[in-house]
Amino acid sequence: MSKAMTVDIPVSAGDEDHYRIKMGPQHPATHGVLRVDLDLQGETILECVPHVGYLHRGFEKLAEHRSYVQNLVLTDRLDYIAAMANNVGYCEAVEKLLGIEVPLRARYLRTMVCEMSRISGHLLGLATHALDIGAMTVFLYCFRERETLLELFAELCGARLTPTYTRLGGVRQDVTHSIMMKLERFVNEFPANIEEYETLIDTNRIWLMRTVDVGTLSAEDAVSLSITGPSLRGSGVDYDIRKHFPYAAYDLVDFEVPLGETGDTYARYRCRIEEMHQSNHILRQCIEQMPPGPIIGDDAPDLVMPVKQGRKLEVDAPARQGLIKLIEDRETFMEGDIYVPTEVPKGELGFYFISDGKGSPYRMHIRSPSFIHIGALKTMAKGVMVADLIAIIGTMDVVLGECDR
Amino acid sequence: MESNGIVEKLREKFPDEVLADYQHLGQNCVLIRRDHILDVCRYLRDECSMNHLMCLCGVDNSTRTSTVDSFSERFEVVYQLYSIATKQMIRLRTQVPEDDCSIESITSLWIGADWLERECFDLMGIHFDGHPDLRRILTPDDWEGHPLRKEYPLRGDREWIGYEELKAKSKELSKFDFHSRDHEKGEHE
Repeated sequence: MSKAMTVDIPVSAGDEDHYRIKMGPQHPATHGVLRVDLDLQGETILECVPHVGYLHRGFEKLAEHRSYVQNLVLTDRLDYIAAMANNVGYCEAVEKLLGIEVPLRARYLRTMVCEMSRISGHLLGLATHALDIGAMTVFLYCFRERETLLELFAELCGARLTPTYTRLGGVRQDVTHSIMMKLERFVNEFPANIEEYETLIDTNRIWLMRTVDVGTLSAEDAVSLSITGPSLRGSGVDYDIRKHFPYAAYDLVDFEVPLGETGDTYARYRCRIEEMHQSNHILRQCIEQMPPGPIIGDDAPDLVMPVKQGRKLEVDAPARQGLIKLIEDRETFMEGDIYVPTEVPKGELGFYFISDGKGSPYRMHIRSPSFIHIGALKTMAKGVMVADLIAIIGTMDVVLGECDR
Repeated sequence: MESNGIVEKLREKFPDEVLADYQHLGQNCVLIRRDHILDVCRYLRDECSMNHLMCLCGVDNSTRTSTVDSFSERFEVVYQLYSIATKQMIRLRTQVPEDDCSIESITSLWIGADWLERECFDLMGIHFDGHPDLRRILTPDDWEGHPLRKEYPLRGDREWIGYEELKAKSKELSKFDFHSRDHEKGEHE
């Protein structure tokens, strides 16, 4: 047996409870590579300084050197937990900028995959949030349903996490009968599954003690911090991009925006649960109302997948170059700038484009909700306990791929 | 989405500050003089209930050619404001010259502007006067240059110094590698 080694850290007399520690970037409760520098008095946080950037890949710079079509794959790598929603957000923005019409069926398909990814994003958020607080079973249950959705994504477009499913002007592939059947089964079963999570934690004493009155945000503070999504709605502010700026087919389906009242961690948790019910409701409408028709517009400047069943069209390298060239040479691009927000599971994902009429954006700015939510940690974590910081990071539902871009 | 009223209100209240306004794809945009951006933002937030700061970003106009737009200075800071109550959106654009690359910070109005301005400083090199903690955020502290400026290359000719240090350290520690004892020499090298 080797003797355990201890190190005496000298502390100044009379100030023994004052610590400075660095939590992360490899800490499992920070949801990725987030580092939080903490100034502690005992277990109370005096000051909390989040550090990000470990995952910075320079998407905004890269985007200026690639065409609009090529930039689509970058958006998968933003919020990799719910990548479909990012794809849709990017395509909606570029289509508005370039004036491309999307057929109705594609709009419904987008709404469908958006809501599927919203459910899977919320499930992962809830799973890790509960795991951080100590509820292991919720994690297992949530991943069970998430798995079903990811399998459906794989069947739909061949990838589970980085689907690149949408195309400028539509979507890549049509849904098959098998997918719709499976989705329908999922939609029928899912409300009962949500109830299962609720029986585990909804009135659980430990869960209530860890979440009620923790990380409370007033509506004014939340707006001032630019917080969006369920985290804002937990504070009772009625701001949902799907209602304020309807995109895809959100103006054709019926759903409600659940609001919290107290603005604490528990209210945000309830908001996410209710949102999953609403998403399920939207999915059901999508299945029922799915209109027939083309899935991609005629003027879509894109690498369109072959429509013929069972035959693969070989696209060799020069031809592929030609297809990309097509978009570079298009003269229909309008000059100007546009900001298009969309509602992704984490909050408001906005794309600000400046086009100077060429095939690639002159400037692409991504307004990522996670970046702003982590920025809010500093204000939210002041004066709370270390254990509550874990709950706050969980409840803000951040993902570092989106934060660092 | 009628926010013409706001543009007119702004023109009335700040006749000298509003340089131009236009509408593109249904979105309103106002070009504002740099010096009083804080006052304009405060007016919009308090009097026009533009309480949600959607987006703040910097733009480098140095290689931009445009037939419809006019820009006299190199940099630009773009603010996107939204009123949750009245559902109106407005975009403010301010020109920032290269030799005096600074603008007033709006962190006193929106706490959330803190990180957005830091990001803009980090990637574009625009200084925000009155910002409480203007440091680099996405790139390492010892990074050189501002990546989103147009003259900054997409791919540089050398590695970041921190990466070189890391590689040297990894080489130094490789003799303690767990696997190197089990396998023949050379397999991992």
